[in-house]
Amino acid sequence: MIAVLAVHAVVALACAALGRRLGRHVLLVGALAPASSLVWLATGPSPTEKISWLPAVGLDLELRLDGFGTLMVALVGGIGVLVFLYAWHYFGERPRLVLFTSYLVGFAGAMFGVVVADNLLVLYLFWELTSIASYLLIGFEDEEGVARSAALQALLVTTLGGLAMLAGLVMLAQSAGTYSLSGLLGGPPTGPTVAPALVLVLLGAFTKSAQFPFHFWLPGAMTAPTPVSAYLHSATMVKAGIYLVARLAPAFAGLHEWWRPLVCGVGVVTMIWSGWRATFQTDLKLILAQGTVSQLGFIMALVGLGLPEATFAGVAMILAHAVFKAALFMVAGIVDHEAGTRDIRRLGDLGRSMPVAAAVAVVAAASMVGLPPLLGFVTKETALASLLSEAGWPATIAVAAGSILTTAYALRFLAGGFTRYATDDREIVVDEAHSPAAGFVAGPVLLAIVTIVAGVFPRLVDGLVAGAAGALGSEGHHLALWHGFNVPLLLSAAAIAGGWLLWRYPPRAVQEAAARLPRAKMVYASAIVALNRIADRVTSIVQNGSLPIYLGVIVATAVIGPGVILTRAFRLPESLIIAENSIQAVTALLVCVAAIGTANVKRRLGAVLFLSAVGYGVAVLFVIQGAPDLALTQMLIETLTLGLFVLVLHHLPTHFENIGWRLRQASRLILSILTGVTAGAFALWAAASRQAAPLSGEYLTRSQPEGGGANVVNVILTDFRAYDTLGEITVLTVVALGAAALILTGRGRSEVPHNDEELVGQKGGDDR
Amino acid sequence: MIVLALALTVAVLYAAGTYLLFQRNLSRIVIGLALLTHGANLLLLLAGGRAGRPPIVGAEGGPAADPVPQALALTAIVITFGSTAFLLALAYRSWLLTRSDEVEDDVEDVRIATMTALREREAEEEIVVDEEAS
Repeated sequence: MIAVLAVHAVVALACAALGRRLGRHVLLVGALAPASSLVWLATGPSPTEKISWLPAVGLDLELRLDGFGTLMVALVGGIGVLVFLYAWHYFGERPRLVLFTSYLVGFAGAMFGVVVADNLLVLYLFWELTSIASYLLIGFEDEEGVARSAALQALLVTTLGGLAMLAGLVMLAQSAGTYSLSGLLGGPPTGPTVAPALVLVLLGAFTKSAQFPFHFWLPGAMTAPTPVSAYLHSATMVKAGIYLVARLAPAFAGLHEWWRPLVCGVGVVTMIWSGWRATFQTDLKLILAQGTVSQLGFIMALVGLGLPEATFAGVAMILAHAVFKAALFMVAGIVDHEAGTRDIRRLGDLGRSMPVAAAVAVVAAASMVGLPPLLGFVTKETALASLLSEAGWPATIAVAAGSILTTAYALRFLAGGFTRYATDDREIVVDEAHSPAAGFVAGPVLLAIVTIVAGVFPRLVDGLVAGAAGALGSEGHHLALWHGFNVPLLLSAAAIAGGWLLWRYPPRAVQEAAARLPRAKMVYASAIVALNRIADRVTSIVQNGSLPIYLGVIVATAVIGPGVILTRAFRLPESLIIAENSIQAVTALLVCVAAIGTANVKRRLGAVLFLSAVGYGVAVLFVIQGAPDLALTQMLIETLTLGLFVLVLHHLPTHFENIGWRLRQASRLILSILTGVTAGAFALWAAASRQAAPLSGEYLTRSQPEGGGANVVNVILTDFRAYDTLGEITVLTVVALGAAALILTGRGRSEVPHNDEELVGQKGGDDR
Repeated sequence: MIVLALALTVAVLYAAGTYLLFQRNLSRIVIGLALLTHGANLLLLLAGGRAGRPPIVGAEGGPAADPVPQALALTAIVITFGSTAFLLALAYRSWLLTRSDEVEDDVEDVRIATMTALREREAEEEIVVDEEAS
């Protein structure tokens, strides 16, 4: 499994790096990646692989292939290969196809990872990778605003759910004591956090599989190129949520009485609402998209029960749906490609100009509706029978009602795309189209053949489906084409008849009324707008651009945080002296006076002179403290600084501007005094709290033998901590370059560069 | 054992330095920064313990002062000189360009605050994906 993941990574990188000269043929190289997973599956691989990474936090690359994983890998790989071949015809020569291929290969790898991950965190990682791949692929036409916002919408919805899911998974793992998925399902945890954790995980599954009320991102995602819609947004990625629910349901559905009503309720509502919306779309892809959401709801309701027969039926539906819906999307893409539009109000009698594609569409749509002898019929009968025996009449009736809608939108798709039949106010513009190339329809044809053959001989796929269901604890169920005349058959027939009526005589008034209902997408849009609005407000408060306010916040934090702790822990040192000697006392006093003078004086030069007095005073304090090197440095630097200040200040006005006494100044003063008090208290407290012996003894003894110098401070700077000094010198070099650039730029030109205020020479000239 | 006079000096230097740091004139800010670092250097020495003889091997007269805070403070003095020089160059340039050494509010941030309404309208247009509009 790790090898397969590696192949995907290598192919994705190779396509990106080397694919440019291949043109659109790079898609064929991309097809190698999903093909590799099929080949690997055929070799009968070992079921578990593990690489320990961070065992302490339960983060290991644990992969595990069981029957359900096998089915999913077969779908991801099989449909993946077909989609790459299809895309090879779908795209003409166009820029950035290399990138498209890389994204799609990356997605295939991530999806493979999702279905073989046996560690919750690894599952989450691959899960989010598919979301990112989906984002990149939906927004592939990134010059179009619609594509960008649809991509962002899909990303925000699915990753929001993904984050909730991560929290839920971590909570589950903490209660279970393991991050292993099989371990979690083997011994489902109990406890107060399990129910909220499951709700969070379900939130992730519902957003990913576009369940109501998070369904709206999937129709939006139809702005992606059609191969992407066929692969990610019908056959594989949107099944990830179903995959996860199917894994969890057998273990948890029975332990929590809210589970089945919630999951099945959401599924059925999704099935009916989106099925209804599909019956009046005018874009072929949107009919399919809404229909996909509807079918996802159906499957969600089945696997959400967590009961053996329904699980078996749900798994069978995953297979059947992937096959027929991928074929339908591919046909929609072919129509778009050859006729130039997907709008059923403009399309006409395409059945004649592309008979093969039309035949595929009929077979796939019939399978979706559930006509015998197709795979869709087999699975739908199984599904209805399982609902009847395990969930009771209300759920069965609801799903049968959903099936009426399925029939109606399937007919709408076929009639609108391939016949002249008038359902809406049609204005047929495109009556003929190019016949698609043989390779273009090969994929859909193959899928249609699978639909038929697997329907007539369900035994062929029974092993795959029964194996998958067996991994979910559902033993002993098998697919069969004919179950006799029974209630499910009756329901199917009724649904088909009802669907035909609904399609033939659409209730326009109800459709129009329904179109006016508030829609989830509007909630999303206003949430995003509100978020931006809040962000704007927060930004304008937090990032207001005023340096004094920023500094004030920082200083106030330093005063309040450590200051409060100081007041609680403060104790005076035991031996407190006023000063070492009288010189120190006098110098300290002078430094204090000079500092206050610096802050108070209004003349620039006066402030600088006071500052120098402080500096020289501090040098004297250094001498008294026993630091001659410091004092020497301080003297030199102070002299240099004074010189610099004088050089610069003789350009500036003599007095500071705008330093009048105002309320704002008062608050600045108060905060400054508090800072000073905190610093002073800290000095006393720090000196009183010394516990360890100072390092100085060691430095004193090591200085001569190791550093070869008697002056310990010098040895520290040039030997023990020489890298610090090197860094310091580097800083000085950078500063010197920067200062030189600031001063020298613009010199020697007749006019210095200045900003739009044109202030040069107008305002300040007299102040010099 | 601690010297009250030095602690007091640290407090005054911090207070005066912070006060100047809050001002709008770039030259006052630079001066405030210098005061603040004087305070910080003194604080370092103070935390190192009492005065002593210079930390030189073989020197006479009682216990040596702690060399570690001295080394730290020495680095700090030089770095402070660097930043002072750079800030003064900035002040000079600011004066050259605008004839003012006042630190204005960030223009871009002010723009963000005032253009909130406009941004909201743009956001609405960008977000609503009406792919079903017919």
